[in-house]
Amino acid sequence: MENIICACGHSNPYGTKLCEKCGRPLTEEGKQTKVVDMRYDGTAIRSKTYNTTIVDKIWNFFSNVKVGIALIIITLVSASIGTILPQAIYVNAPEPSKAEYYEKVYGVLGKLYNNLGLSHLYNTWWFQILVGMLAISIIVASLDRGLPLHKSLKNQRVKRHESFMKRQRIVAEGQASNPDETLDKVEQKMTELKYHVRRDGSALLAERGRFARYGPYINHVGLIIFLAGVMLRLVPGFYVDETIWIREGETRAIPGMDGYFIKNNKFILETHGNKPQDEQMNQGVNAMAKNYQTDITLYKQPDGSLPGDIDNLEKLRDYSIRVNHPLKENGFALYQMNYRLNELRQMNFNLVNKATEEDSLGQIKIDLTNPKKEYDLGNGSSVQILIYTPDFDGFKDGEPQTKTSIPNNPAFLFRMTTPETPKGEVSFVEIKKPPLEPLGENKYRMKFAGAEMRNSSNFTIRKDITIPILFVGGIIFMIGVVIGSYWNHRRLWLQVEPDGRVLMAAHVNKNMFSMKKDLDKVTTFAGLPPYEDQLEKSEDVKKSTMEKEGDNTL
Amino acid sequence: MEKKKKRLVIRTIILAVLVLAIGYTVYGTATKDKVELLAVGSKAPDFTLVDLNGEKHKLSDYKGQGVFLNFWGTWCKPCEKEMPAMDRQYKVFKDQGVQTLAVNIAQTDFEVQSFVDRYELTFPVVIDKTKSVMTTYNVGNLPATLLIDPDGKVAKIITGEMTEGKIASYMELVKPK
Repeated sequence: MENIICACGHSNPYGTKLCEKCGRPLTEEGKQTKVVDMRYDGTAIRSKTYNTTIVDKIWNFFSNVKVGIALIIITLVSASIGTILPQAIYVNAPEPSKAEYYEKVYGVLGKLYNNLGLSHLYNTWWFQILVGMLAISIIVASLDRGLPLHKSLKNQRVKRHESFMKRQRIVAEGQASNPDETLDKVEQKMTELKYHVRRDGSALLAERGRFARYGPYINHVGLIIFLAGVMLRLVPGFYVDETIWIREGETRAIPGMDGYFIKNNKFILETHGNKPQDEQMNQGVNAMAKNYQTDITLYKQPDGSLPGDIDNLEKLRDYSIRVNHPLKENGFALYQMNYRLNELRQMNFNLVNKATEEDSLGQIKIDLTNPKKEYDLGNGSSVQILIYTPDFDGFKDGEPQTKTSIPNNPAFLFRMTTPETPKGEVSFVEIKKPPLEPLGENKYRMKFAGAEMRNSSNFTIRKDITIPILFVGGIIFMIGVVIGSYWNHRRLWLQVEPDGRVLMAAHVNKNMFSMKKDLDKVTTFAGLPPYEDQLEKSEDVKKSTMEKEGDNTL
Repeated sequence: MEKKKKRLVIRTIILAVLVLAIGYTVYGTATKDKVELLAVGSKAPDFTLVDLNGEKHKLSDYKGQGVFLNFWGTWCKPCEKEMPAMDRQYKVFKDQGVQTLAVNIAQTDFEVQSFVDRYELTFPVVIDKTKSVMTTYNVGNLPATLLIDPDGKVAKIITGEMTEGKIASYMELVKPK
């Protein structure tokens, strides 16, 4: 790995194609060709310089553009495979039966798709490693090429060796009667054309749009920022996506938002009042919803309070959460997502004599969120609740069982005491069923006398502070694309040799037409010898232009 | 040589950072969907809840004692099964410095009181009315039990039903030495 000493005496790092100082081609290949490869301005790609330790070998693997392209293709192909069938999270089936769903809806293909794990492809370890390797490739390849290119462009010399000049695509040679005047005129014209002109003795370098060479690297920076933003979602505190159900009247701690509590005051569902017509009814069309709204109160614990301590909640504000009008607080947003209507909240019963039915000894109102042990009706009568099961599910060992804590099917074991039955009568009451009388025939019964309902709201709680990062990454990415696509780096070298010969060369990393337009102007103005396009006249024009044009963008 | 060494170090650092980032992403995604309680060995978050007698129970007040923290609901059958066994073991271990605390998930006083009366439970039963503690402890399915050692650290997490023998061994685990 020795340095290459150029004929001009400059010592170049191993792998350099064009001498950093004078521009002489250093490789055998370079010396043979008519037009040199100006990619990375002939600097040594760093990965090619050291290849000894395991770290260097890994580095060089990722620095390889072919490896990068292979990674891009593999990633794109696998990402597109993930779109053949819908991903599991978008499948409209409950979690445990998703596997069956794939088989039922898509047949054998669906079963295979799900079994291979393609139904959650974007969350698989191998897909993430693939994207991660792509990121490594982008970073390593950019560092290896971008840094030397930047150095080389920054330290450009005005004077180049003849062999460099002659191997550019655009060349011209002629005699100058008045070298100083020619140089002055070129400088004047090129400055007019918004070129940055530098002179060194009898040599001149006019340069425009150098920043266009940085486009791909800016683009890569944007891409990496974007990927980092996506990754940050997994870091606690950056991304919250929770869900909560709250019934009217309830106060709940908000998951993901420590110290915050929300009370559901009222859920409102408004429809447009359109009555579905015959055919619509058959097709199950409902009245069109106009508004889903939950009136809430937001509370916060005083600083330093412990979870569960709800004695000193501070009211922050009242708000109406509607679709597209989330509650926003401290970087979090609560969105109205779903609702459930008509859950039992209160049940009323009359204590009646079974014989007469109509004569009520009084009514009890059971608040299902806080049932009481005993309800005194005055007049010497009272009702006790011995057992309450919110979601009655049959008896087991003589005990009534409840399936859930939600009052879907409330049942009560009452003890009714009246002046006529001072010892009390026991009755088991379930919705829409005749009462059970386990201790013998009763004189009295609890007659259902109406109920009050309440609704529930479902919110999702979201916080995503990675969005600005994604935005910044995306914008930088686009800036890089635009810079790399709409600007080009144009250079013109002009030098007068001691023997009076004028040498000119020009290079552009893309869009040769723009360069030629400028050249035409300056040639006419300064009376320079006519230039020639070495690729145009050669026999293998097509082949080499096709190869070189695409390559030269970096 | 100096330059070469520096380059190797920089390359190693860059690659290591990127590999760590990928590893974190893969690990994070793999564990994201699992209902995870707190990590064993981490400090148990302090909380305060009120029991059926109106008494406040603050977890940090039990520092120096082991705490057998059980999340439950009356509708949950395995909870119902293990409760009497828990009560028997509570009576054995309470004088040896192991406190039992049962946290009911937002049910009505009536339901919880009837349940306690029916099984004649003697350990304190608190109700998490706002599901605040449940959220903090990231409790998903019931029953869920956390063993907290005398230093206030989570010693063990059990999800699902426990036998009486297991309950005894867990209480033994967090008994102050």
